[in-house]
Amino acid sequence: MTKQDTQPLFTRSEWTFDLMSTVYDAIEDIAHNDLGLDTYPNQIEIISSEQMLDCYSSIGLPLMYKHWSFGKRFVRDEHSYRRGYAGLAYEIVINSSPCISYNMEDSSMAMQTLVMAHAAFGHNHFFKNNYLFQQWTDAEGILEYLSFARDYISKCEERHGRERVEDILDAAHALMDQGVFRYRRPPKLSKEALHKKVKEREEYEERTYNDLWRTVPVNEEEKEEPDPSEVERKKRREMFKLPEENLLYFLEKNSPILATWEREILRIVRNIAQYFYPQKQTKVMNEGCATFVHYTIMNRLYDKGLITEGAMLEMLHSHTSVVFQPEFDDQRYNGINPYALGFNMMTDIKRMCMDPTDEDREWFPDIAGNGDWRATLLDAWANYRDESFILQYLSPHLMRKMRFFAIHDDANKSNLEIAAIHNNAGYRDVRNALAESYNLSLQEPDIQVMDVNMKGNRTLYLRHRVKNGVTLYEAQRDEVMKHLKVLWGYEIVLRGLDQQTNEEIYMATTKTSFD
Amino acid sequence: MRYFVDRRENPKGKSLGNRQRFVKRARNRIKEVVDRSLKDRSIKDLSTGETITIPTKGIEEPKFFNDGRTGKKDRVFPGNKEFIPGDTIPRPEGGGGKGQGKEASEDGEGQDDFSFTLTRDEFLDLFFEDLELPDMVKKSLTDVKNFQTKHAGYRTSGTTSNISLVRTMRQSLGRRTALKRPKKEELDQVEEEIKELEAKSRLGAKQKARLEELRALHEKMLRKRAVVGFIDPIDVRYHAFEKVPQPNSKAVMFCLMDVSGSMGEREKDLAKRFFLLLHLFLDRRYEYTEIVFIRHTHVASEVDEETFFYGRESGGTVVSRALDEMKKVQRERYPTDIWNIYGAQVSDGDNTSGDSGNCISLLNNDILPFVQYYTYIEVVDENEMEIVRNGEGGSSLWKAYRQVREGWPLFKMGKIAQAGDIYGVFRELFAKDLKGAS
Repeated sequence: MTKQDTQPLFTRSEWTFDLMSTVYDAIEDIAHNDLGLDTYPNQIEIISSEQMLDCYSSIGLPLMYKHWSFGKRFVRDEHSYRRGYAGLAYEIVINSSPCISYNMEDSSMAMQTLVMAHAAFGHNHFFKNNYLFQQWTDAEGILEYLSFARDYISKCEERHGRERVEDILDAAHALMDQGVFRYRRPPKLSKEALHKKVKEREEYEERTYNDLWRTVPVNEEEKEEPDPSEVERKKRREMFKLPEENLLYFLEKNSPILATWEREILRIVRNIAQYFYPQKQTKVMNEGCATFVHYTIMNRLYDKGLITEGAMLEMLHSHTSVVFQPEFDDQRYNGINPYALGFNMMTDIKRMCMDPTDEDREWFPDIAGNGDWRATLLDAWANYRDESFILQYLSPHLMRKMRFFAIHDDANKSNLEIAAIHNNAGYRDVRNALAESYNLSLQEPDIQVMDVNMKGNRTLYLRHRVKNGVTLYEAQRDEVMKHLKVLWGYEIVLRGLDQQTNEEIYMATTKTSFD
Repeated sequence: MRYFVDRRENPKGKSLGNRQRFVKRARNRIKEVVDRSLKDRSIKDLSTGETITIPTKGIEEPKFFNDGRTGKKDRVFPGNKEFIPGDTIPRPEGGGGKGQGKEASEDGEGQDDFSFTLTRDEFLDLFFEDLELPDMVKKSLTDVKNFQTKHAGYRTSGTTSNISLVRTMRQSLGRRTALKRPKKEELDQVEEEIKELEAKSRLGAKQKARLEELRALHEKMLRKRAVVGFIDPIDVRYHAFEKVPQPNSKAVMFCLMDVSGSMGEREKDLAKRFFLLLHLFLDRRYEYTEIVFIRHTHVASEVDEETFFYGRESGGTVVSRALDEMKKVQRERYPTDIWNIYGAQVSDGDNTSGDSGNCISLLNNDILPFVQYYTYIEVVDENEMEIVRNGEGGSSLWKAYRQVREGWPLFKMGKIAQAGDIYGVFRELFAKDLKGAS
């Protein structure tokens, strides 16, 4: 069939459900049969802009428990939206099966097409196939779990008062970033029935722990430091499974003061943090994948004559602003745009597969000129996260195109130093530095529970491994520690130790007088 | 596999609960702004204005995050123009640098300044908090309206006591006509003819046939009348009543204030709060409320609200001039047959010696006869709480007004030293009315 004898699927900008359905089929055909995408079933929901604001404020989840911080987010988003400071996203998509995406009712048919290609196929494919999501999230269980969480927390509010619940949630939210398992796989989200069993087991565990606590006399002769003898320390380490990087998990299991329902709330917050952890690690890839997919599908639709030139132009306009990357000295510069970096890299991979230069052959012998960009990309989408993806695929060609340069920033010096630029000597350094900036284990402070004073005042000892002298923002650090104290019930000591020399850099405590 | 779902009709405002939690949380900060806004907004504006915009700084959600100003790190930026390795550039303003710092400040410190809009109820709630109104009264001030039951047409269901006979009969007539129910006259006529024929001893064949015909007709008519009732349940109409806001009469509130040098920021602020409360109270009771601002030093004049509260007038104090002015304005513009008149006077009690006597006679002879209610509020020093509590002693004006109070139940007086006192005094002064209202 040639372009001339095909009728475009739509010529006007109004959308209808029938029309969307037809267009969906056309997109699906390209996505599955041409690009080889593999997706969860789709559930596309049309919502109003007001509902979009609602969605935003509860971190994009359709069912969320109530908390003032979501209200704050709503108020802020609503304000900037009403004043026209910010537009609303065209879509929100949820990593669930079926994959739910929200489309806005005010979008034109062309935008609906773009959004369906982007969210219902691009993101959807990524969620279903990327190893992090496969291993760490439960797309089938999440909605059920969220609805459980919402009901549970609202029941707690009824039973124990909003204020107490708010205190726990505030504290838990402050530790959300320290509430994930980075290295070992978390257990699957339990459905409500299963949940009960888990809870019973936990209660049992709690009781046994409490026995331990009960034997602890709290008296005037409190010891400041935990018992230093090796045997005791070993015992503690085994009992509390120390060191523990998941602070929320540790508190949930070991806090001497929390009631069962409070532990459950920590667990809920922890599970939600864990659910979002893969998304945090794959911003560039996820957005890149969705953008690359919609761009490819749009062009195919246009080539097939299924969309008009006008619709294509409208989509291109939107596409261009999404992948716009202002330069570092531009007023609009606000960090590296994950859409731009991801899309550029994926387009670049396609170029290397199909039309490689000698340089590409030298740098990427595996893929340069292999002729199958589809398979290459499917593989990349499935097996990498931002950090490793950049390390593996960022080419000198793209570094030159985006004119990347690395700055070495030493807080002790008044000047910044240009460490490397996009030239032969600098490619690897620039690429490493960029990849590192997506390495969450470097970007997020590494804080672990190290020890507990069991025979004295029950102080909890934490260690922050300070890398390259980067310390915590102090005002907030002290606030978070107060929250920690709410959950632990006793004093907290946080030591910042240099990662390499193990030298103590700072010490912070919730104790009012420390001697 | 795919589904399309139309969610547009789903309830909006899913985040209302979150918003309420947020407002509660931010209460203290918002409260400051509400208090501040009291100074900038007019009385009418406050009581009718729907919204107020509030800049809120940092309702923090702290996290552990790296301080961008410390340590060593490498960052990558796009858009190199002339740099070569080894170049040094001065650190940009703000020290932390944007790179990771930005990400960290998304929910933390940083530029988290945003403003939002309080609804009128939220605003009034916060405002009244200072005045310590019991919730019940707060509610009646913010949302209760007086309703009157009014006739609103007819309906087909209701209680027996509301049946409208006229309407029901009209319906019945229409139905009877339409269904051709034999009228009573027609029936009577036939019966009479039958009687006539039966009365005759001998009947001709023609007459016999006629009699048969009439009897058949008679029977048919009776049957028809039985089937088509005179009044059918479907004819019944009931009066419908509807609650409509009561058409209230008008009220005018005279605000009299001493603005001589001794009335400072604090005194005016307290006065404003008292007037505001009074205005909200009147506004609730009357459909239409006007305010007349009269200020006085040794002279008195009617002014606008702006001048009333913010004018920098100074001079001696002659209270009776204000009462004179009130009398004048009332005579000119507010006839008592149309207007309910309220007077509220706020002063620190200083008066020129000898003038208090004038005040007494003006009140007794000219003003109190036409007002619904007159209150005198004395703003005393914060250190003089004792006087507020137990003292009947006080300024010269206070002493003079005590004499007035003896003869006029509608004349009330009270003392306030701080915002928290206002409601107590207000309630005392309007106790009867409030009881009636709530």
